[in-house]
Amino acid sequence: VTGDLLILQIVVPLLSAPICLLLRPIARYVAIAAGIATFAIAWAILGEVIASGAPLSYELGGFARQYGIEYRVDYANAFVILIVSAIGAIVLPAAPGMVDHQILPGREYLFFAAFLLCLAGLLGVAITGDAFNVFVFLEISSLSAYILISLGDGRRALLAAFSYLVMGTIGGTFVLIGIGFMYQLTGTLNMAELSVLLPSVQGERTALMAFAFLTVGIAIKLAVFPLHQWLPSAYAQAPTVVTAFLAATATKVAYYLLLRVTFTLFGATFAFGVLHLEALLLPVSLAAMFTGSIAAIYQTDLKRLLAYSSIAQIGYMTLGLSLVRVVDGTSGAALSGVDGLTGGIVHLFNHAVIKGGLFLLVLCIVERLRSTRIVDLRGLGRRMPITMGAFVIAGLSLVGVPGTAGFVSKWYLVLGALEQGSIVIAALILLSSLLALIYVWRIVEVAYFQVADGETATAAGTGWREARPSALIPACTLVAATVYFGLFTDLSVGMARRAAMWLMVGHI
Amino acid sequence: MRWLGHAPYFATIVLMMVGLYIVIARENLVKKMMGLNIFQVSVIMFYVAMGNVDGGTAPILVASEAVAVAEPVVASEAVAVAEPVVASEAVVVSEPAPESAGPAREGAESAVAADRDDARTTASPTPSVASGLRPAAGVVYSNPLPHVLMLTAIVVGVATTALGLSFIVRIYEDYGEVEEDAIAQAERSAEHVA
Repeated sequence: VTGDLLILQIVVPLLSAPICLLLRPIARYVAIAAGIATFAIAWAILGEVIASGAPLSYELGGFARQYGIEYRVDYANAFVILIVSAIGAIVLPAAPGMVDHQILPGREYLFFAAFLLCLAGLLGVAITGDAFNVFVFLEISSLSAYILISLGDGRRALLAAFSYLVMGTIGGTFVLIGIGFMYQLTGTLNMAELSVLLPSVQGERTALMAFAFLTVGIAIKLAVFPLHQWLPSAYAQAPTVVTAFLAATATKVAYYLLLRVTFTLFGATFAFGVLHLEALLLPVSLAAMFTGSIAAIYQTDLKRLLAYSSIAQIGYMTLGLSLVRVVDGTSGAALSGVDGLTGGIVHLFNHAVIKGGLFLLVLCIVERLRSTRIVDLRGLGRRMPITMGAFVIAGLSLVGVPGTAGFVSKWYLVLGALEQGSIVIAALILLSSLLALIYVWRIVEVAYFQVADGETATAAGTGWREARPSALIPACTLVAATVYFGLFTDLSVGMARRAAMWLMVGHI
Repeated sequence: MRWLGHAPYFATIVLMMVGLYIVIARENLVKKMMGLNIFQVSVIMFYVAMGNVDGGTAPILVASEAVAVAEPVVASEAVAVAEPVVASEAVVVSEPAPESAGPAREGAESAVAADRDDARTTASPTPSVASGLRPAAGVVYSNPLPHVLMLTAIVVGVATTALGLSFIVRIYEDYGEVEEDAIAQAERSAEHVA
């Protein structure tokens, strides 16, 4: 039964996509139901993983894993699958409202089909234990993401989708080359077998090439600092519902893949002990944290501001990875930096919740204003008090104010930095958080302390109208979750720590 | 002449760089798309070269079905007599042929890979046993797995090209241009008007 859960996790969203095409009038309800079912399955899988304490495995078609494809779930990907499917289940109910006035009438079913394919692809990358299968699912999710982005308002969405397609394809092909080198070296594509075989041939130049192509390819998909140019346009031009979904899931899955390649496939002693991945990743992460935040401060468009903020937040996640070190212990080489990696993984979770919530709030604003320019937000604090109030809470979480989810991840990142004895990195984390405060404050200032054109001080407060509940309720759910996960960290930090331990030492 | 054995890999690198250069350097979106295609095709060449085995033939059963099922031991002889083509292949394979060795073999630098490839392709009667067939003795097959993987990659590549080109059609409808700088110019003037 547990194995069936693993395959259902993919089959439900994957098969719901063609069902959307067949049942056109009720496509939206099919999609919403599929999203909720997917989340329920992910929740059940997480429970199974915690209960059994060992990876769950499912061999497709009954072929042994040496010959066929294996799905394999341990603490790390159970956590990622949970957050991806949760975001899918929360964002999908908000989609119909947007679809009604943005997609050509009569074509909505295609939107939902593409959305479900994207969800299935992202979950597939996370769940599969087969290296080539990763590439296939990566391209399924990317291709459907290009389509979804191109559906945005206006012709610039097409340009953004096209340049994302070019960058994404280069990234995906790099991953494919890396997989080819791994296969050439070991003769297997199964990740569990690769993790045994690759360390024995890590001196080979082919192994270096495989690792280089895989990390660079994934870094493009993850939008790590110098490879991030596709992200702001894609997120700014896409329909807001799509942005909310992709910002909260696509880069998170890419980050998981980076962890999987680094720890499971090649092993941390190779990545950090031989290659010193941290020497490359640390400056790149810090650069992302600062350039992303500084660029966000100067944006005039709300979605573009949040997109640049995402680049900075991805910097925090990769920073967590770069805080892992190989140390010479009494019994051979050991790894240190569990706190930092926990911080990176828990930020994967927290940032998905925060950014998903923020972009859904943008959806509420767009529904009312038909604009995402920051100047148009003037006086909105009085006209949409719930939306803007929630925006302030989510924004504070982005900054990392205590009592919110953002604080928890930054706490662990600072702990990780101090564990490596670097007060400088800890100080830089705090400093970049102040930059986040600046761009969040810009929005708060415009919304609460400026008056809209044609709105006099006496008339202020009239015209109170929120967005429709189908958008507002999902948004507020995620904002409430950022507060919840700031106060109760059993699920988020508990799972992140288990995942970090599992990746680093192979047991809890 | 060892470098000659690497020829497919050199070709892969050249194609890859040509494709990547076109993607970066060309302003024309259609040409960019073509460059991306060349880039993807280079990877297909890489995989196919990787799957090649010295003197290996296409991974299709060489024994004829009727004979093989009846008397497996005699089968290979019978086939060899009946079909000279197969027989000659078998002979070629059984001879050690260092000079005429397949190109990709030398490219697979790791001994691990070579060993595993051999084990997989020569001594793997698994698929034929299932259907009651045995491969003719001495026939060496190329590794079929990279070919199968590339079928999938080709499908992905076709989908990407189709989607990219359809974006270009829509961009041309909206801007009347497929040159990047002209589109950027149109964007700037549109912004200026707004």
